[in-house]
Amino acid sequence: MGTMDIYLPIANLSVNALVIILLGGGVGFVSGMFGVGGGFLITPLLIVYGIPPTVAAASAASQVTGASVSGVFAHVRRQGVDFKMGGVLVAGGMVGSVAGGWIFRLLQASGQIDTVIAIVYVLLLGSIGSMMAVEAFGAIRAMRSGAAARPRKRRHHPLVAALPLRTRFYRSGLYISPLAPLLLGFGVGILTILLGVGGGFILVPAMLYLLGMTTQVVVGTSLFQTLFVTATATMVHATTTKAVDIVLAVLLLVGSVAGAQVGARFASKVKPEYLRLALAIIVLLVAGRIALGLGWRPDEIYSVELS
Amino acid sequence: MKRWLLAALAAPLLMAQTASKPVLVPDVSQRDIEIRYSFTGADLLLFGAILYPGGRLPDDTKPTDIVVVVKGPTQSILVREKDKLGGLIWVNAARLRYRSAPSYYAIASSRPIEQLMNARTRAIYELGLGSLQLSPASSAPPSEQDRFARGLVDLKGRSALYVESPGAVEITDGVLYRARVAIPARVPVGRFTAETFLIRDGRVLAAATREIEIRKSGFERFVAYSAEHWSIAYGLVAVALSVLFGWAAGWIARRF
Repeated sequence: MGTMDIYLPIANLSVNALVIILLGGGVGFVSGMFGVGGGFLITPLLIVYGIPPTVAAASAASQVTGASVSGVFAHVRRQGVDFKMGGVLVAGGMVGSVAGGWIFRLLQASGQIDTVIAIVYVLLLGSIGSMMAVEAFGAIRAMRSGAAARPRKRRHHPLVAALPLRTRFYRSGLYISPLAPLLLGFGVGILTILLGVGGGFILVPAMLYLLGMTTQVVVGTSLFQTLFVTATATMVHATTTKAVDIVLAVLLLVGSVAGAQVGARFASKVKPEYLRLALAIIVLLVAGRIALGLGWRPDEIYSVELS
Repeated sequence: MKRWLLAALAAPLLMAQTASKPVLVPDVSQRDIEIRYSFTGADLLLFGAILYPGGRLPDDTKPTDIVVVVKGPTQSILVREKDKLGGLIWVNAARLRYRSAPSYYAIASSRPIEQLMNARTRAIYELGLGSLQLSPASSAPPSEQDRFARGLVDLKGRSALYVESPGAVEITDGVLYRARVAIPARVPVGRFTAETFLIRDGRVLAAATREIEIRKSGFERFVAYSAEHWSIAYGLVAVALSVLFGWAAGWIARRF
């Protein structure tokens, strides 16, 4: 295996190229199968492998960009992207990622960045994973008993309805204020920088349950937003933390774009209810592992950083 | 070899000046270490000769020992200590800043360093992980400073950046010595020093230093330089690569 070792010029350490490609491939498989970016898996996995957390978060963003590109093209071809809604989300997301970069540096200086990242991960993944699991269980039970699932009434949240300056989003089938998606995009942009995630796992439920968008354009529009906001996140990291390791990013991309295609083909053979349940279980496992890491006495009490 | 020969020829002259003290003629296997894509660390061989006055080995029974220290460039660092918050989660609490901690420190000796000299001499020459002069920037109580120093040494030891290898120096016939020191891939680039000490009877009789330059070369150097100085172009290339890879994979998948 000695020949598979490759030096990462920004992370300043050498890794086994095959392990990183396989890691990217595994996460790519999951992302292709479930239509998520996979950032929530790749960043913690890279940190466990020994990549410095900042480099991991900065380089994972490129992996998510790559994973979302082919998805966006596929959805554009079948009219599954609301460009107006996507544009508003992206605008919010870009401002959010710049704000996220500022929060990142603030937390870094106080020394609490790792703890904050871990807590946000646990809260977000824990709550979204549980909601998804409950919903998927219900759907599977309904499917088993033969009762046709009642179509959920599509409605946006009353708070969204209260916002001023309404406008029409034709493809989403909505007449709402653009402030709602703008704020949503802003929040997801902050998370993209902090956690190195695309935010699809927050954006998709929010689009469905808060905005009340038509299901057909939800995934495509979410991927559209992910593509632009992760690209912005890469730029923010490249110019502020300077922690984007291009060699690491390419290794991850090689694995993940291939894995994503395999995952997407595999997904078409499985019932979507089971897919959602499987994703919910993965999300909950990741959340549980990070929560344990917070509470367990760490291996090493001390940490060192350059000052 | 030429250098050795020259040293051997010059030896009588040197001895005339230094009277009865022995002289060290050290060398290292590599003066320049270049980090390339396949860099997984380097194995340094430090070797040399001990030249005794008059070319005669001392006839008493006291042993002669050699200590070799390789140090990386010093860094200003911040060490944080985790503590349990509210009995629930571990968060960073206390911290201590050091103005000049060595980024890398390896010490090899012919016998355990504690047997060679007393603590005071060890502290003067900074020999051994327990005797590093870390120069904390804040005035913390000595007990806390000790705790942090031990934590730092333990942490750096885990990634093989601080290494103590007693008995790793081999001395042949009392005049030739050699030691191997492993430099891990995680070291920062910069000027490293390899110091050799000749110790007899608890005293340092001779010392000599050689410098080693570790730098990134070729593609690795270019990438690190671009990330630092052309960060906007670097970021754009990273984004372009991601889009290209994703698009290419989708294109290929549609055809097969």
